[in-house]
Amino acid sequence: MKTIKIALVGQPNVGKSHLINAFGDTRLKVGNFSGVTVEKKTIRFTRDEYNFEVTDLPGSYSLTDYTIEERVTKNFLDDGDYDLILNVLDSTNIERNLYLTMELLALDKKVVVALNMQDEAVNEGVFIDDKQLSKLLGISCVPTSALKKTGIDELMGAIVQAFDTPKKTCHLQYSDPYEEEITKITSFFTEKNYQSDIDLKTLAIKLLREDTQIYKKFRDEAIWTELQPMLNESYEHLYIHYKTKDLDGIYHDEKNALAKGAVKESVKFDNAKDNNGLTDKIDMVLTNQYVGLPIFLFLMWGLFQITFEWGSIPMDWIDAFFGAMIDGTKSFLGDTELASVIADGAIAGVGAVILFLPNIIILFTGIALLEATGYMARAAFLLDGFFHRFGLHGKSFVPLVSGFGCSVPAYMAARVLKNDRDRLLTLYITGFMSCGAKLPVYVLIIGAFAAPEHAGNILFGVYIFGAFLGLVAAKALKMTAFRGDDEPFVMEMPKYRLPTFGMVFHAVSQKAMMYLKKAGTFILAASVLIWFASNYPKYPEMEAQFETKIEQVSGDEEKVKALNNELSLYKLENSYLGQVGHASQPFFEPLGFDWRMAVALETGLAAKEVVVATMGILYGLGDEEDEESSSLADKLRANVTLPSAIAFIIFAMIYFPCLAASMVFRREAGGWKHWIYLFIFTTAAAWILAFIAFTIASVIFS
Amino acid sequence: MTLNLLQKGKSATITTINAEKELKNRFNSFGVVKGATVHVEQYTLAKQTMEIRINKTRMALRVSEAEKVEIS
Repeated sequence: MKTIKIALVGQPNVGKSHLINAFGDTRLKVGNFSGVTVEKKTIRFTRDEYNFEVTDLPGSYSLTDYTIEERVTKNFLDDGDYDLILNVLDSTNIERNLYLTMELLALDKKVVVALNMQDEAVNEGVFIDDKQLSKLLGISCVPTSALKKTGIDELMGAIVQAFDTPKKTCHLQYSDPYEEEITKITSFFTEKNYQSDIDLKTLAIKLLREDTQIYKKFRDEAIWTELQPMLNESYEHLYIHYKTKDLDGIYHDEKNALAKGAVKESVKFDNAKDNNGLTDKIDMVLTNQYVGLPIFLFLMWGLFQITFEWGSIPMDWIDAFFGAMIDGTKSFLGDTELASVIADGAIAGVGAVILFLPNIIILFTGIALLEATGYMARAAFLLDGFFHRFGLHGKSFVPLVSGFGCSVPAYMAARVLKNDRDRLLTLYITGFMSCGAKLPVYVLIIGAFAAPEHAGNILFGVYIFGAFLGLVAAKALKMTAFRGDDEPFVMEMPKYRLPTFGMVFHAVSQKAMMYLKKAGTFILAASVLIWFASNYPKYPEMEAQFETKIEQVSGDEEKVKALNNELSLYKLENSYLGQVGHASQPFFEPLGFDWRMAVALETGLAAKEVVVATMGILYGLGDEEDEESSSLADKLRANVTLPSAIAFIIFAMIYFPCLAASMVFRREAGGWKHWIYLFIFTTAAAWILAFIAFTIASVIFS
Repeated sequence: MTLNLLQKGKSATITTINAEKELKNRFNSFGVVKGATVHVEQYTLAKQTMEIRINKTRMALRVSEAEKVEIS
């Protein structure tokens, strides 16, 4: 059986992935393009005695290489392994979509065009004569509707036919002056009997566009000495004729003129049916200068509430389920090391991963809806003015707002930012938005030191202060590490569309699987490591001593509890983790932290929820403590000064995110390098700000 | 006059684009080219971002970018 390798190309919002779903029974593989964090989807299926292998390239408006997505698409089309290009077009916006098609045709590859959203186009009064368009472009153009599943068989037929027949030469006829220069160059190549693996006309166009890749190739060839003066002459001709020296611009004008011409000859518009009106009406409300922003804030608030309120219900079940499993394992295997590593290490680790799944599913359903309906672009439009002041992009709000719930889905949400630099900057500051797990820490400390009537306001202030610091940090990073010109903010505002269940399900299930697979493995390994560090080395003599003591006081529950706690304290203090805490004390000394606070923060690297429990153990109250415990608050007041408590809150607010989040960050940012940078950046920022707070507070409250 | 000065609800024709290559290219792929008719749909409250429409394509851009588009 033959295999047809297809490169799937289209502008954003043309229903590309929708079309794939319409192909029927397919196997999807999601990975990354080598070296970059751009999703690479490969789809395999069998049909009519052929194997199909489709590579879904990121949506691109044109074949330039400014954004990472465009670069990936361009590189794949230039050097990738494929037999033909399937170009998907939005029939309702045919002219602009044809701009890209014209560029694809200039690549000298086999191309098949799917005129998608055919049904919608007819409804809007856009009638495309596909036979005529096919003739004009010299390739098959097949009307399809991914939604109604029409035209799929015809499209497959056209693909197979294109695969089985030899490629036709480039059919496009540019304007006379441009063609003249192209002919000069191609005939020169023919005269010189130049051997080229790409079509001569394609080569000539690339030279006329001053394509750097082609120049690099020619610079080392003997023919260059003769070619160069010829090219200079051609450029001069073009400069005079087009009254500009922008060669790339000239090419684009030519290309756009071709698209315009093709539309003129093959498309009829019935303007009466044009229902841009609906989008106009919705936009009159949603992007209104006055009510647009409040509506957006309300929607965000709603999404946030649903994600973390509804999400907490299954989270409790998952928590209870894994809790029961841990207990079950321990009682089944007995009180052994094996039981402990499986239960407290592995199962607890897996549980911690799965715990975030409800949040991720709900949040990403919301985000998928925002994107599929077209609202996301409106929100970015409304917010860009504010975020741009801090060097961020309008769409940064999605990860940043999600960051208040949990950093794990927040980091993943940063994918809504298509530009690499915008995304990285947003990833770096997402941690400043205090996540839900930091709440117990704040509540405990504030409860211990503030009057009850002020506690709520102070807590709110802590959150706002964190967000403010995040924006300042964004500005600071933008002026240093991310310095450079602003990326253009020219963003399509797609038409409002009703999302389909399939589309949303597709997006959400993919995100969920990706999270489970990739983050899961790392988190599991690291959980076992942290379990080890907090349980070893063992002190059998001390344990034996305590056991005898406990036996002596058996019956007196108070004393048994106290002794047990003393033992936990001893074990933790002398474990590898405790030793690290002691060793790192000099680092925390200037902030007024004792070794207990240091260890609490270090266990917080595993999960922020652990900070309060650790403090419970270390201040001698057992590990059953929570943030509402008055006795722990009393202990804290007795042991910790107010300035170091303030410094502690600030440090906890900014320092390195938990294990699960940092692993997701590593993946989204694109490698360990960024993980290390984030560690240095957050630790330095946390230390410096905590130190400043400690110093100032010491002066004020002394 | 530049595009950022065009009032909401008004249309005009693009005469020149004075942008650097990257922005120009992006404009190009959206149909923001010489000779196109541009319609202003909306400004944000702070007048830092605007929504325009050319043919069937609506797009958002910053006012600082619209300054680089000459219209008449």
